[in-house]
Amino acid sequence: MMRLIAFLLLLAVPVLGVWTFVTAADNNWWFPPAYSTFAPDIDWLFDFIMYMVAFTFVVTEVALAWFVLKYSAKRHDKGVFTHGSHKLEMIWTAIPAVALLVIAFTQMETFANIKFASGFPTQGRFTREKPIAQVWASQFDWRVRYPGDDGVLGTVDDLEAAYEFVVPVNEDVVFELRSRDVIHSWFVPEFRLKQDALPGHTIPVWFNATKEGSYDLVCAELCGWGHYKMSGRVRVVSAQEFEAYQADLKAKWFSNGKE
Amino acid sequence: MNPVSTPAAPVVTHHSTGLQPGEGAPGTMREHHDHHELGFLRKYVFSVDHKIIGLQFLFSGLVFLVLGGLMAMAIRYQLAWPWKPMPGLSWMFPATGGAITPEFYTMLFTMHGTIMIFFVIIPLLTGAFGNFLIPLMIGAPDMAFPKLNMFGYWAMWPAFVLILMGFFVEGGHAAGGWTSYPPLSTIESAAPGSLSGQTYWLMSLTWVGVSSMMGAVNYVTTIVKMRAPGMTMMRMPLSVWGLMIAAFLQLFALPVLTAASIMQLLDRVIDTGFFTPTNLIVNNLTPDSFAHGMPAAAAGGQPLLWQHLFWFYSHPAVYILVVPAMGFTSDILAVHARKPIFGYKPMVYSMAAIAGLGFIVWGHHMFTSGMNPALGMSFMVATIMIALPSAIKVFNWLGTLWGGRIRLNSPMLFAIGFVSMFIIGGLSGIWMAATPVDIYIHDTYIVVAHFHYVVFAGSMFAIFSAIYHWYPKMFGRVMNETLGKIHFVGTFIFTNCTFYMMHQLGVAGLMRRTADPYAYDVYAHLQPLNEFITLSAFCMFAWQIFFVVNFFHSLFWGYRVGRNPWEANSLEWDAPSPPGHGNFDAPLLVHRGPYEYSSPEVAEDYLPQTRTV
Repeated sequence: MMRLIAFLLLLAVPVLGVWTFVTAADNNWWFPPAYSTFAPDIDWLFDFIMYMVAFTFVVTEVALAWFVLKYSAKRHDKGVFTHGSHKLEMIWTAIPAVALLVIAFTQMETFANIKFASGFPTQGRFTREKPIAQVWASQFDWRVRYPGDDGVLGTVDDLEAAYEFVVPVNEDVVFELRSRDVIHSWFVPEFRLKQDALPGHTIPVWFNATKEGSYDLVCAELCGWGHYKMSGRVRVVSAQEFEAYQADLKAKWFSNGKE
Repeated sequence: MNPVSTPAAPVVTHHSTGLQPGEGAPGTMREHHDHHELGFLRKYVFSVDHKIIGLQFLFSGLVFLVLGGLMAMAIRYQLAWPWKPMPGLSWMFPATGGAITPEFYTMLFTMHGTIMIFFVIIPLLTGAFGNFLIPLMIGAPDMAFPKLNMFGYWAMWPAFVLILMGFFVEGGHAAGGWTSYPPLSTIESAAPGSLSGQTYWLMSLTWVGVSSMMGAVNYVTTIVKMRAPGMTMMRMPLSVWGLMIAAFLQLFALPVLTAASIMQLLDRVIDTGFFTPTNLIVNNLTPDSFAHGMPAAAAGGQPLLWQHLFWFYSHPAVYILVVPAMGFTSDILAVHARKPIFGYKPMVYSMAAIAGLGFIVWGHHMFTSGMNPALGMSFMVATIMIALPSAIKVFNWLGTLWGGRIRLNSPMLFAIGFVSMFIIGGLSGIWMAATPVDIYIHDTYIVVAHFHYVVFAGSMFAIFSAIYHWYPKMFGRVMNETLGKIHFVGTFIFTNCTFYMMHQLGVAGLMRRTADPYAYDVYAHLQPLNEFITLSAFCMFAWQIFFVVNFFHSLFWGYRVGRNPWEANSLEWDAPSPPGHGNFDAPLLVHRGPYEYSSPEVAEDYLPQTRTV
């Protein structure tokens, strides 16, 4: 009795496990849409690992369930007396080693592209030297400082906005991430991009949003009691709307409240 | 087939020594120890006997397990029904009518993690089973340093007192996560828990570290110096290997955490600036007012330094949490499958490889932290390669079961459960190790699912398995099989319902440590799934009643058994159940390794290490 129950329980793990992943998209338990240039790359790498993992998972879990069913049957002879097999050890060391190295080396290009200095855009309006904005995190809000007309941060014509970060669509965007107090993390699930804001450091971040819209900006590093509500928005707009937004912000910022 | 299902005849036991009639004959080691009677206090409280100290760790660990489990239930309640009053708990939160406040939520998950890691899993694996098993399995009368051993347990008591006192200070207990990243944890105005709760947290952890280091010194010395004649290193059971490797991890990694905790304590108490950068403005307070008058320019610390130091310990700590569990599982699988462990040496080397690699992977917790991303590459490769020794272990466990004569009793079921769950926890680690994928899944529920599969479904299953397996040696009685099986079936089902679905939350991008994620559009649809997880978690918690009842009932009314109820080979089964002071009543000579099951040399399907053929 216990033999059958144990077999079914162990077999349910790979069956239901695979079923959960196969139906995840229909159940809305899957990735949010991918709206940055590197988001599809990350999703592809996730899937690549998933297929290799799923294969190993199913083979080992089914073998476990099968062995438990087969070898827990009542018998009066002894078990197989063996202390192992050098050949088998070699096989199941070498094959996973190669597979794991393949996984590791497949990842590198995408990571370098997103996080390395060499991956940052050098052409276009926004570069490390000329970021679109400085994003400040503090308990429990996001503030965005645009450089204004002169394109230089830290001058009198800088513009500030709270809560919302507006960027142009289909354009490489570089911003500087800073924190005023504790560690926060800038996370937009649709862009697959996360970067901690580290007090005392200015960290450059880049992305290229591919679809207009307004997305949740989430704080992904515990920053205190209000961590759960440290929300913001990233609004992706057309190039024209971006210019209009900057002009509007400038008007508000320098109108002394009269506007 | 199953040795525990038949009641043994009651045995009259000597009330104070646990001796059975005929034991302790003149001239044996045992006889010597019978001469001095110890008082209750020396025997059960301030005991220097490794077995009593092991049981002390076991009982205090199980008490904290209940506390940590209750906290998990409160966390789950909030995630399913945010800000709704908890039924029957309005007395605890009169201001909110029983609802959890955001401050309290941050404290809950901080203390859940802290208690489960430092007060439950590590003390249960290394403290309880390390103490109980090492001398018995290597054939030693006790630990190398019995008084240090006693002190190791009693050093936990300042830790217990401080960690519990922290709940009652102004602002509540530490609330900066079990990782305690500064400046959140060092600056008083950053979080209510950073007022003084964090100070209690740091002091408590320092005591835990002191206790673990004393234990580790003892384990390594005992294993190296006190093995019985004939017990070569390569004849030791894998439990002993696992415990020794974990002790080495503690010896080399814990001093770093202890030093880092003291540095953070100094930052908090006497305004040093190890981890606090200049020019912070927290809660609209200038640096001068939040740091006790420390000049702002004098700070200049690095928050990342803490992360490096913390993870330099805490990543190896993850392996302290799982390597002994792997050892127990290997032993229990071999005993109840009636088969030699498949690939003994690869098992030893792979545990050592996991531990060795464990020292060079800490940076995988910091891929998005602002650490130089180039470092991420080497940490990624090292981390992914840890899957290799883990895979070798899984294949060898499968090899052990293959061709066996499996006895499906409670310890075996939990050991098989460990293998099944460890496969999931090990494989999901590959995603987290992959740097670009981790940019997205870092700090999401995939991480939560992953480490609960390793530490709860893995280590905790191994602990249950070990309790069922070595209970007869501890108390001279076996636990009830029917209750044990019921316990396994429910725990296995609800564990998977709870933690498997967290992978899905993580793929959807849900962050951990968030009291009310549904305020975000991108997470609003995840509430029904969270309700399902919460209900599963409640069922899993409630199901443990079968274990609690079984544990205490069997203590008094379980069937009495003799020395070797499982027909096992290793040395602890040569000692009486329970072993008296000095453990063995005859001199030991070890002839072979501990895994000669189903050997053709003898008629029985087991061949104890001490038996001459």
